[in-house]
Amino acid sequence: MSRHVVIVGAGPAGLAAAAAALRAGARVTLLDASDRPGGQYHRMLPAEYEAENNGRLHHGWDDFDRLREHVLTHPRAEWWPDSSVWSLERADDGTSTPRVHVLRGPADGTGRERHVLMPDALVLATGAHDRVLPFPGWQLPGVFTAGAAQALAKGERVVVGDQVVVAGSGPFLLPVAASLLEAGSDVREVLEANPAATVLRGWSTRPWELASQTGKAAELAEYTGLLARHRVPYRLGRTVVEARGDGRVEEVVTARLTADWTPVPGTERTVAVDAVCVTHAFSPQLELPVAAGCELRDGFVHVDEAQRTTAPGVYAAGEITGIAGAPASRAEGLLAGWTAAGGDPSDRAVRSVVRRRDQGRAFAARLAAAHPVGTGWPDWLRPDTLICRCEETDYRTLRAAAEDPATGAPRAVRLGTRAGLGPCQARICGPAVADLCGRSPDRAVPGLASASHHRRPVAQPIRLGELAAPPAGPPEKEGEQHP
Amino acid sequence: MSPRIVPASTDAVRRRATPLTITVDGVPVTGAAGQSVAGVLLADGRRAWRSGPSGAPRGVFCGIGVCFDCLVTVNGERDVRACRRRVCDGDVVTTQSREAGEER
Repeated sequence: MSRHVVIVGAGPAGLAAAAAALRAGARVTLLDASDRPGGQYHRMLPAEYEAENNGRLHHGWDDFDRLREHVLTHPRAEWWPDSSVWSLERADDGTSTPRVHVLRGPADGTGRERHVLMPDALVLATGAHDRVLPFPGWQLPGVFTAGAAQALAKGERVVVGDQVVVAGSGPFLLPVAASLLEAGSDVREVLEANPAATVLRGWSTRPWELASQTGKAAELAEYTGLLARHRVPYRLGRTVVEARGDGRVEEVVTARLTADWTPVPGTERTVAVDAVCVTHAFSPQLELPVAAGCELRDGFVHVDEAQRTTAPGVYAAGEITGIAGAPASRAEGLLAGWTAAGGDPSDRAVRSVVRRRDQGRAFAARLAAAHPVGTGWPDWLRPDTLICRCEETDYRTLRAAAEDPATGAPRAVRLGTRAGLGPCQARICGPAVADLCGRSPDRAVPGLASASHHRRPVAQPIRLGELAAPPAGPPEKEGEQHP
Repeated sequence: MSPRIVPASTDAVRRRATPLTITVDGVPVTGAAGQSVAGVLLADGRRAWRSGPSGAPRGVFCGIGVCFDCLVTVNGERDVRACRRRVCDGDVVTTQSREAGEER
């Protein structure tokens, strides 16, 4: 019987993994929390919109559309939309692929169906979300992540505001500004926190490595052209250091930054806005890789030449292995799907995929060099600036707890201040809390799990009623519905 | 001005808008089939609908199910991420608060 490959996430990496696993002869179950494939990069309009020209909002739509059609209609593929993986259960022997616990049904519903999958191999392609550094007023309504503005514009044609500043760091600022302009907003300015010198140095060394990413370069050129036509300033070395307003954002304060992102006093400017969209970097969604026991390196899932993680039977692709954009994610996905299905990574059939994956890794390194997160940003915090949005833990409280020798370990800081213990489970504030508390590692406590802020044994909310209900069909039967 | 939806009649993606109605704390709000609860609330001009522990207003922040700021109660189910749940005609949405003494 052919191998059963379960793929979590149907964005560029997951869809590519599905196609390659099918090509290698496997049975595939492709899961996504959304009801449509595409992930964030190819976030589709709802089926109910019956859009004749969804592709107008996308780059590479035709290729995506073909891939989606191929995978979703393939006789050996099952597409599970509206499916949240809430737990990965490692085998006691530690040598086989984890079981995958899934809830199927409307997001956060009460009566979702529980399923347990026992795949031969698991491909994790869960992607990333915006990392936003805290700043005074960032909890005000009207402050959005750049990803939120993009998801709303691309995914349902909702525009977050009319007078918008887009700020933070990285190439992602540009498509977000472009989406807002396309939908009729006035983008006041786009602010890249890194100075021109950093960005140019990052992009211009070893230019031959960029030749492989011509699609990406053309996409960026198109965005910069659009900004120029709309006379939207793109400023480097400046960022939003405060959002102000009565119950909602009404203006932002921007300031020039030094190379390490320390705000320069006296350079502040105030801009009237009704929305601000911010992204400083991306955070990989690591709770499932961590649950599977995958080793992390430099904050990402460590994979070998064949996209294998250090956990038996578990492969990883896309932004969880490094931030490199959609083309690199697709190449990683193809390779992960191929090897997860039992394909030989040295096979001639995947030689060009391996090359593109390697080029993608070089691109990731360059992206990180051109758009690093500076270390001077805590200078724009005030004592009453919220660090943890959920629990409203402010900077003063967090610093006091971190500096107190009795409570200074991360676990004690969290318990004492509640930072990271609210509904989002540190997904938003985790990296900032780690930075501000000096990353002093917890002393290992025998029998206690590590305090990594990615550790979430329950990866997605599940209701007690759903937990109590038996899974739909014994897990052993899962495979039998396939030929 | 406030958030809004691109009108279907002028939208370059050439789409259909099938109207539906939900109630938000008892008040009827019109949206389009396929929208998220958050999208309907934003397009209705609402920026905030939940209160944090201090009572401060919250609405959409991450828009993709990560931050849990936009939680609402839908047809009696608490803690539904408004950005991830698609609306159904007739949905009864009630807002939530984490403010001490005001929890709902």
